[in-house]
Amino acid sequence: MTVFLIIIVVALLGVTFWQISKILELSKPADADDSQIADNKDNNTQGKIMLAFMVFFYLLMAYSFWNYSKLYLPEAAAEHGADYDRLMFISIGIIMVVQVFTQALLHWFSYKYRGKKGQKALFYADNDKLEFIWTIIPVVVLAGLIIYGLFSWSEIMNPEETEDTLVVEIYAYQFDWRARYSGEDKTLGKANVRFIEGVNQLGVDESDPYAADDVIVNELHLPVNRSVLFKFRSQDVLHSAYFPHFRAQMNVVPGMVTEFGFTPTTTTKEIRNTDYMVDKVSTINDIRKEREDLDDEEKNYEFEYYLLCNKICGVSHYNMQMKIVVEEEEEFQEWLSEQQTFGELMNN
Amino acid sequence: MSAVSQAHVEDHSHDHHHEQTFIEKYIFSTDHKMIAKQYLITGLIMGFIGIAMSLLFRIQLAWPEKSFWIFEALLGRFGSDGVMDPGVYLALVTIHGTIMVFFVLTAGLSGTFSNLLIPLQIGARDMASGFLNMVSYWLFFISSVIMLSSLFVESGPASAGWTVYPPLSALPEAISGSGMGMTLWLISMAIFIASSLLGSLNYIVTVLNLRTEGMSMTRLPLTVWAFFVTAIIGTVSFPVLLSAALLLIMDRSFGTSFFLSDIYIQGEVLSHQGGSPVLYEHLFWFLGHPEVYIVLLPALGITSEVIATNARKPIFGYRAMVASILAIAFLSTIVWGHHMFVSGMNPFLGSVFTFTTLLIAIPSAVKAFNYITTLWKGNLQMNPGMLFSIGLVSTFITGGLTGIILGDSTLDINVHDTYFVVAHFHLVMGISALYGLFAGVYHWFPKMFGRMMNKNLGYVHFWITAVGAYGVFFPMHFIGMAGLPRRYYTNTAFPYFDDLADVNVLITLFAFLTAFAQLFFIYNFIHSIFYGKKASQNPWRANTLEWTAPVEHIHGNWYGELPKVYRWSYDYSKMNKEETDYVIPGQDFIPQNVPLHDNEEELNH
Repeated sequence: MTVFLIIIVVALLGVTFWQISKILELSKPADADDSQIADNKDNNTQGKIMLAFMVFFYLLMAYSFWNYSKLYLPEAAAEHGADYDRLMFISIGIIMVVQVFTQALLHWFSYKYRGKKGQKALFYADNDKLEFIWTIIPVVVLAGLIIYGLFSWSEIMNPEETEDTLVVEIYAYQFDWRARYSGEDKTLGKANVRFIEGVNQLGVDESDPYAADDVIVNELHLPVNRSVLFKFRSQDVLHSAYFPHFRAQMNVVPGMVTEFGFTPTTTTKEIRNTDYMVDKVSTINDIRKEREDLDDEEKNYEFEYYLLCNKICGVSHYNMQMKIVVEEEEEFQEWLSEQQTFGELMNN
Repeated sequence: MSAVSQAHVEDHSHDHHHEQTFIEKYIFSTDHKMIAKQYLITGLIMGFIGIAMSLLFRIQLAWPEKSFWIFEALLGRFGSDGVMDPGVYLALVTIHGTIMVFFVLTAGLSGTFSNLLIPLQIGARDMASGFLNMVSYWLFFISSVIMLSSLFVESGPASAGWTVYPPLSALPEAISGSGMGMTLWLISMAIFIASSLLGSLNYIVTVLNLRTEGMSMTRLPLTVWAFFVTAIIGTVSFPVLLSAALLLIMDRSFGTSFFLSDIYIQGEVLSHQGGSPVLYEHLFWFLGHPEVYIVLLPALGITSEVIATNARKPIFGYRAMVASILAIAFLSTIVWGHHMFVSGMNPFLGSVFTFTTLLIAIPSAVKAFNYITTLWKGNLQMNPGMLFSIGLVSTFITGGLTGIILGDSTLDINVHDTYFVVAHFHLVMGISALYGLFAGVYHWFPKMFGRMMNKNLGYVHFWITAVGAYGVFFPMHFIGMAGLPRRYYTNTAFPYFDDLADVNVLITLFAFLTAFAQLFFIYNFIHSIFYGKKASQNPWRANTLEWTAPVEHIHGNWYGELPKVYRWSYDYSKMNKEETDYVIPGQDFIPQNVPLHDNEEELNH
């Protein structure tokens, strides 16, 4: 690799000097004027390159959409996600229409009106009507997007809390996550970093009667189709709990409790069997097969939902993750009943 | 006051032959033209360092944890065996951001062109206070030196991201860069802010008081409008960053708890209680967002001037352009919360900030459309400055449009802090502002150094840069939408991201291509200073006053009396009343100091 890079660098440097000297020669023809101001020939050439550049740019956009659109996340695995994705696609649609249209105008005009000897520019300083039109069109379009967005926003940020809502605390520290379930009493025990001691890593208040049946785990299990309210707490610095597949994210702030709620709709098993995920995982495993640094087990990747840290939090920020399992209610209950409660933990 | 100083300088200009020592002329100069050059060269050197850093971490992102001799050579023990250390990766990202945003695009761009153009374009002998101007540059220089020196401290430079959010930035226990490196970062920024404020106040006072006779506000070139409003935004918002920095210094060194509360780190509970990191975020982004426009408005101002001159047409919708600048300036101070939709602040505030943020798209759209209309039916002179200006409009649109997604609180949830954001802001404020900087350098190089830059090298520079910049940042949107977080040392901890690796390689290759193109610029810049073709007084046939000043730099800018202004600066290709020829036959421009002719229609300027 190193040798390869050295060769590239040396080659590039060589090309640099070669090109520079060549261009210098080109730029000094004996007869032409060397005022260094664009002349008729330059205007013509550069105008045409402008058009060629437009073609390049459109090809780049087309290539990116063609090849990279599939990288977009799979269908949202949470209830509000469908709404999110719809708004996203509408926005991208509008953006791309405007983009294609305005870039075409910009580059086309640059080509069409490239300077020519004897060509006169039009003295055209103002047109209130035109300016009104392109003020009002963005106003209307943006108003639509804002209203749509704000309705979704208030729905997402104020989820209905019912008897049935599962309350889970997500606890962040450098560089890992823990989840705490409230247990049978459906109430999380009080907690503060000042109670951290020994096995009580989350600083749960032992004297709080609600705390005894809390369950602390390092793998997040969620029952499908049941609303979950997350309460986030950080032990040290800012973190951000990012659940990309559920279109959910909230910063985790030391000194305060932040919240986010959603209802998972697709179990881990279901999403593994979607066409999208089968394709994606097989592509990934093809890539991993080629890698020599992985052992056989690592080469066989199977999709799991994950929660990752998305706010710079220290040197191992890039590897702060927690597995999420979405499963049927019965499976969830069974799993939960197998876990040690906080009371048991402290009494051991 | 201004009249007095003006008169004084006028007397002075008659005996301009007094000898200046080398130090007076080149180092501790109070002449705005020399200070502009000092800003430019310092900014370019910082830019070189900032871009070089980005190449280092792009190598790591494309070929994670592989060994490269260059890491060992440049990073020393942070790159032992040629593998980049995760801590130094964050440091590089942090310092790259800081240098590019503040030292290159704020000081390098605004400092250079506000200094050069404000006095020359409004017809003033110099800035209102030449001394403060000099102090402003030297404070900037000191802060640059301190920032660079932080690269050499033992525990490493600041590495909490360029936004330096506490508690990470406040606690050396959390990351080693938050020790001495962070202290130097804060000191450097505090000095930088002082420099920026001195500069801004000077610009404001100069524009308000020192305009020459006839130069009404509505006759100002859009460059000066942009610099003027930029200075106002800077004056309003930079002090808030200074207070944030001071409070952070106190939290770090004097045991206060403005931003810290309930922290357990390395086996100990800290005594800090009651502060909130969210408060810091508010203070930071109260500057941070206007900062985007502090960077961008001067670039747009430069573009307005360069496009109009080279299109041989008046800028379309002058008043709408001024109104847009003012609207953007006002709105820019009430949108900061869109950086904090998922910070834990009240979701209702999120709604408000979504609203104000999308409002700012309106004046931005007006500006873009006005630029395009200015090109329409022009007689475009494709000088390198013009190419960069057209490029700016292109990247400004591409990057600005994705702001509609990020500014929408709902959509921000899932793209917040991903590469989508990185792609967005690099296009809309990074690349666009750099294009503005280059456009300005190519266009005003004759004014700064009395020589022309080589146009063919300029063309090569532009086209490779244009291809490379889009090659880097357009595909980057897609890995962002795949949910790839920014500031990850490597993505290999998530097998899910394995199929994004080839996109990252592509981006890195384009980054190298783009950086390579800058070598043409460096060569052209240095070579032209000494060996460039001598410039004529008004090479671009422009209307603004700086081109009525002599090519050689003199103290006081003009020999004899100051020019008087009779018209706005955009009388390009104006026809006489009979529509038979230009107002001045055979000449498609009318400089601002030419009185109105009988056979031309008077405009409302």
